[in-house]
Amino acid sequence: MDVLLLARLQFALTSVFHFFFVPLTLGLSLFVAILETAYVRTGNETYKRLTKFWGNIFLINFAVGVVTGIVMEFQFGLNWSEYSRFVGDIFGVPLAIEALLAFFLESTFLGIWVFGWDKLSKPLHAATIWIVAIASNLSALWILVANSFMQSPVGYRMSEDGSRAEMVDFWALLFNPHVWVQFPHVVAGGLTTGAFVIVAISIWHLLKKTPDQEAFRISLKFGAIYAFVGTMLVILAGHTQMQELLKTQPMKVAAAEALWESEDPASMSLFTIGNEEELRDVFAIKVPGLLSFLAYNKFEGEVRGIKELQTEYEETYGPGDYIPPVAISYWSFRMMVGAGTLMLGIAVLLLFYVLRNRYEFPSWASKLMLWSFLLPYLANSTGWILAEIGRQPWIVFGLLKTEDAVTPASVVSSGEIIFSMAAFLGIYALLAVTDIFLIRKSAIAGLAPAESTEGRV
Amino acid sequence: MELETLQIIWFILVAVLFTGFFILEGFDYGVGILLPFIGRDDKERRMLINTIGPFWDGNEVWLITAGGAMFAAFPEWYATLFSGFYPALILMLVALILRGVAFEFRSKSENPAWRNAWDWAIFIGSALPAILWGVALANIIRGVPIDQDMNYTGGFFTLLNPYALLCGIATLSIFTLHGAVFLNLKTGGNLQERSLGTAKKAWLPAALLSLLFMFFTYAETDLYERLGVNPGIIPTFSVIALVAVIFMLNAKSSGWAFIMTTLAIGLSTITIFLELFPRVMVSSTNPEWSLTIYNASSSAYTLGIMSIVALLFVPLVLAYQIWTYWIFRKRITADSELEY
Repeated sequence: MDVLLLARLQFALTSVFHFFFVPLTLGLSLFVAILETAYVRTGNETYKRLTKFWGNIFLINFAVGVVTGIVMEFQFGLNWSEYSRFVGDIFGVPLAIEALLAFFLESTFLGIWVFGWDKLSKPLHAATIWIVAIASNLSALWILVANSFMQSPVGYRMSEDGSRAEMVDFWALLFNPHVWVQFPHVVAGGLTTGAFVIVAISIWHLLKKTPDQEAFRISLKFGAIYAFVGTMLVILAGHTQMQELLKTQPMKVAAAEALWESEDPASMSLFTIGNEEELRDVFAIKVPGLLSFLAYNKFEGEVRGIKELQTEYEETYGPGDYIPPVAISYWSFRMMVGAGTLMLGIAVLLLFYVLRNRYEFPSWASKLMLWSFLLPYLANSTGWILAEIGRQPWIVFGLLKTEDAVTPASVVSSGEIIFSMAAFLGIYALLAVTDIFLIRKSAIAGLAPAESTEGRV
Repeated sequence: MELETLQIIWFILVAVLFTGFFILEGFDYGVGILLPFIGRDDKERRMLINTIGPFWDGNEVWLITAGGAMFAAFPEWYATLFSGFYPALILMLVALILRGVAFEFRSKSENPAWRNAWDWAIFIGSALPAILWGVALANIIRGVPIDQDMNYTGGFFTLLNPYALLCGIATLSIFTLHGAVFLNLKTGGNLQERSLGTAKKAWLPAALLSLLFMFFTYAETDLYERLGVNPGIIPTFSVIALVAVIFMLNAKSSGWAFIMTTLAIGLSTITIFLELFPRVMVSSTNPEWSLTIYNASSSAYTLGIMSIVALLFVPLVLAYQIWTYWIFRKRITADSELEY
């Protein structure tokens, strides 16, 4: 198999896998911090036991997120050496800042939090988990500054010999509009992921009538509010992100909609079976005007289609195929949006119960809520697949193509990538199985008894 | 600031990050390597892990930051090194993954077989990187085949030359010694006694292998041309520090012994960077094609931004990491409250 395809598969595997764990870290860290703050303020032991219970699940998940993140830090050098040479002057900066500003904080203060229960005063101990939560979200900011440069390059110039992009304006990089639509989307996605995991585990305990019903009611109520706020934010942020993309990467939007021809007003596809070779629909159900409405908040306005954009890009960038894989973009977008809509529905349903302090659910509803935790994982993964696949053939939009970014085959052969892929697949499978086993075990075990909570986490 | 000044500053900063990394992660690799041998039952092993529990993750971030700093300041170095040393780095990553989760996972089940398996994962995850770092460093200073486009042209087995393997075993033994000395400093009772014995036993191989490595470094690299017969005060003091370790151990002065292993590792790392400067990767194909801080660096603007960031945040990081060591300064004894 060719090196480019293998390198892309490996990147997809390692980054999607890494992002199974990151959003839960973002969401749960905040929840644990809030719980511990509640304990410090009220002195109520239940909050401390809840802190330890959710903290334990957070830690198991966090460990896998951290170790899979180490791979991310180095794989630009491993498989994408031409990319690293081309863009290191810019892309390396947010990565280094992320490590210096966020990873150090996160890992150091998490160490203090885990081992410092009897060494720090209560408020100081609670402060450490807040620092972890803030640092985790800060790390998301910096990595998205890096990613946003790939999506919508700003603040750079090409070097004199054209061999690399050089940073000329750090603030432009940081205040790239793409960052400020993507970052809220990702953080809200993290909240949502945390929320639905909290909901699922709490519902399970309520259904099974395990001890500590009250504690899990508190968790569920919190999870419900969290889920509602999270999904609302994620949808709003996603909406603004799409509008931003129309300006910077209209091709991604067109591919996500399987919009072959430019339309004004543009209709939105609900279900399309398309022919990617001939760039046409085989079968489609569309809502007239809806895409224009989503794009411009009114039922008119042109949304450019794939064919027109292809012609335009050929004029700008020279001959070539500038159309990303449409089916993958289209379906990942639908899965993300579908999952998001479903989550909002579930969150509203849940709020309807818990805000009236009702914790008895019809069996279909409790089943739905129990399994709803899979939805954010689906949405997170498909969201990133759309973001990265929809940008193809570019690795840095308009500047560098993915095919020109890979490490030369003379340096890293396909055999070596197959070896590394096998190694990662093996160890990631082990991580996934162990992680699920341990989280399930801790979740089922429930809260530790009050007197022996010391020394359990 | 001038581009050249910035390039030198960033060479120094990368060197500082690696020096910090080897000193800090060095002892927790050592603890990981010794874990199955010094810890005779589950409680002892838990105590050993808890000596590094609050620190190891923060220590590892020194590496992540060094990687990030290389990427930002010397992208060509980052690209050439990690693509060139591909299989070695993959092995290292797999080991670090295993080790990282093992610390977290081992105590989540009471099953002895489970715990034992993860303890060995910690051992492998610590020993393998300890060796691989030595192999990588030796190859970087000895030189590897690099063409004029800065691409590595050797294979995996090019890296496994006797000189590099010797260095791998030397770093393994030094980190083991460093870990034993650290345990002697951080534990009380039986474990303190046992780790003292281990440190004394580990000293001789560590010292001999290091001397052997130094000897071969004169033969295998251009150290002699660059630094002369008397390489200067830094390498000399690293040897003195290493020799001093055994005297401190015999005097049961665990704090000083730890300072000495720290100095030995720190000064050796600095020596390696001195030997390299201003090169960052030596081409054995043609010295002209070596990567240097001048042809591998980012632009003056980027280095300037990064310098400001480093100036603001490195002191902060140091401050709170030192604070962590202060919080957990007590020795861990059989009576300590153990967090799992």
